[in-house]
Amino acid sequence: MAKIAMDAVSIAAPAVPPALTCRDLSAAYGSRTVLDGISLDIHAGSWTAVVGPNGSGKSTLLRTLAGLREPRTGTISLQGRSLSAWPRRERARRLAWLAQSSSATDLTALEVVALGRFAHSGWLAHRQAVDDAAMHRAMVATGSLSWARRRLSTLSGGERQRVHLARVLAAEAPVLLLDEPTTHLDPPHQEEVALLLREQARAGVCVVSAIHDLSLALAADRLIVLGQHGVVGHGGVGDALSGDWLSAAFRTRVDIVDQRGVLLWRPALGARPRD
Amino acid sequence: MNALRPHAANVRGPSVARRSRLAIWLVCCLVVTLLLTCVSLIAGTSSVETSWSWLVSPDSQASVVLWEIRLPRTVGAWLAGALLGLSGAIAQGVFRNPLAEPYLLGTASGAALGVTISLIAADASFGGLEWIGKLGLTGAACVGACAAIALTITLARGVIETTSLLLAGIVVGFVLSAVMSLLLLAKPEIWRAVQIFMFGSTAFLSWSSTGLLATVLCICIVPALLLARGLDALTLGDDTAQSLGLSLPALRLSLLGLVSLGTATTVGQIGIVGFVGLVAPHLVRETLSVNHRQLLIGAALCGGALLQAADLLSRWVIRPSELPVGAVTACVGGTYLLFLLWRRSRWMR
Repeated sequence: MAKIAMDAVSIAAPAVPPALTCRDLSAAYGSRTVLDGISLDIHAGSWTAVVGPNGSGKSTLLRTLAGLREPRTGTISLQGRSLSAWPRRERARRLAWLAQSSSATDLTALEVVALGRFAHSGWLAHRQAVDDAAMHRAMVATGSLSWARRRLSTLSGGERQRVHLARVLAAEAPVLLLDEPTTHLDPPHQEEVALLLREQARAGVCVVSAIHDLSLALAADRLIVLGQHGVVGHGGVGDALSGDWLSAAFRTRVDIVDQRGVLLWRPALGARPRD
Repeated sequence: MNALRPHAANVRGPSVARRSRLAIWLVCCLVVTLLLTCVSLIAGTSSVETSWSWLVSPDSQASVVLWEIRLPRTVGAWLAGALLGLSGAIAQGVFRNPLAEPYLLGTASGAALGVTISLIAADASFGGLEWIGKLGLTGAACVGACAAIALTITLARGVIETTSLLLAGIVVGFVLSAVMSLLLLAKPEIWRAVQIFMFGSTAFLSWSSTGLLATVLCICIVPALLLARGLDALTLGDDTAQSLGLSLPALRLSLLGLVSLGTATTVGQIGIVGFVGLVAPHLVRETLSVNHRQLLIGAALCGGALLQAADLLSRWVIRPSELPVGAVTACVGGTYLLFLLWRRSRWMR
């Protein structure tokens, strides 16, 4: 028995480093500090929602984690290696980022999604079958295949957002940083995006998304709750509810109700005075 | 996303309709260019009948006029227009601004100042400046354009901020123009020569300048087509382009290097010809839905045909005299932009 126990220990998978880590991260716009002393470990195979009031630094956190702005202090690691040490295209293969507002380019939806494969296919745009397959999967998943040949400038905001989401998914990166992926989407499509993110997480992807809609955010596996003065809490949704992190972050009472296993935010609609 | 399951479509390349539209467009452009070249050969200060007889039964005078003057002029005009169209399309992509044009880095004013200084130096009364005179007008224009670009990039502290680059380009343009005006005040007798340069002229194009323009066009178009995907990515915004794995400073510097090379060479050969670089990419975008690779090729072809047509008009309208080709492109290009503006305002209503 002792032998078996020894073997079990030795063949156990080594501790997997977090997909994304930051230590003592701070960011500022001029003299205004937006993020201060943030330390996070975000693991693969989970969907983490970043929530917080306007101006709490959700987008700044995602942009900094994506390497799009230099942190004032602190370090960021992607898959155990410093973010800045990754060669540019290698990094883009491992980390994909979705902007909060999507641009109305004159490119077709297909060309935009193909750009998601840039880190794989390079300057000559010589797409292989594997690139086509990834693009096809992403466009099917986001329901944007039917507009493949339409210019983005002729699509509605919601349709455009789904094309950009397809572009991010087409990269097939193990880490996805999505800034408001449900912007412009109607409620059924918001739900479908939430299911898609959950599906990605189940497939082993590390999904981090800033989400405005609290009910949607509560469908995530974990929450990073940002307040005006940094992180209020980081952990499972249960921890967030038991610790009442949301009320602390928004500085008002936030009521969450359990509707047959689905957590929903119940707005007070002015029935309650603010703290 | 079951409710949104795919329709029958694949993700391989552009649609057949789009590809054939592009092919038709390219063929039309080439046919127009060939026609313009033929017409340019028989259009000149001599009558059409004389030109025609030269073509049918060439003699020594005919061969000089047709093959040493008219042909290099029209081929050179096409090449210069192609370079301007290409540079304009790149500039509009880099600055993500449909009103960007090849001269916005201060090249035009720099080249004009270079020519002015060269003319003054050629006078030989200024000790120590004779070497500038030896550069020739073409060389001086090129050096002036390159110096203006270097000054613009230095003032903007690199190529990261496109707004700073635009502003620096405007400032450099104004300051260099002011310096040129001061020099012209001090030396008014060179005003006429500078004026010819500033209005643009294809009259001095020879086979050697045509060869130079062709070489630079080849040097510019190959890397431009390679970098076209970067221009596509830039349309999604700086952050998104960066997140795709692009190095924005390197990309912008390379693209602006191509714009500078193309513009400085063109200005050196034909002077300042406005609107071609601005209008050619618009003409392509208005008629085709294209990515940057196709836009760059289209803008080059279109720019070439435009300048060839403008050259023809400039020789034809008030023959035996000639209109400045820059004035013709300004009239035609300006009218076209006004038409676009009018159409857009109607569409917005």
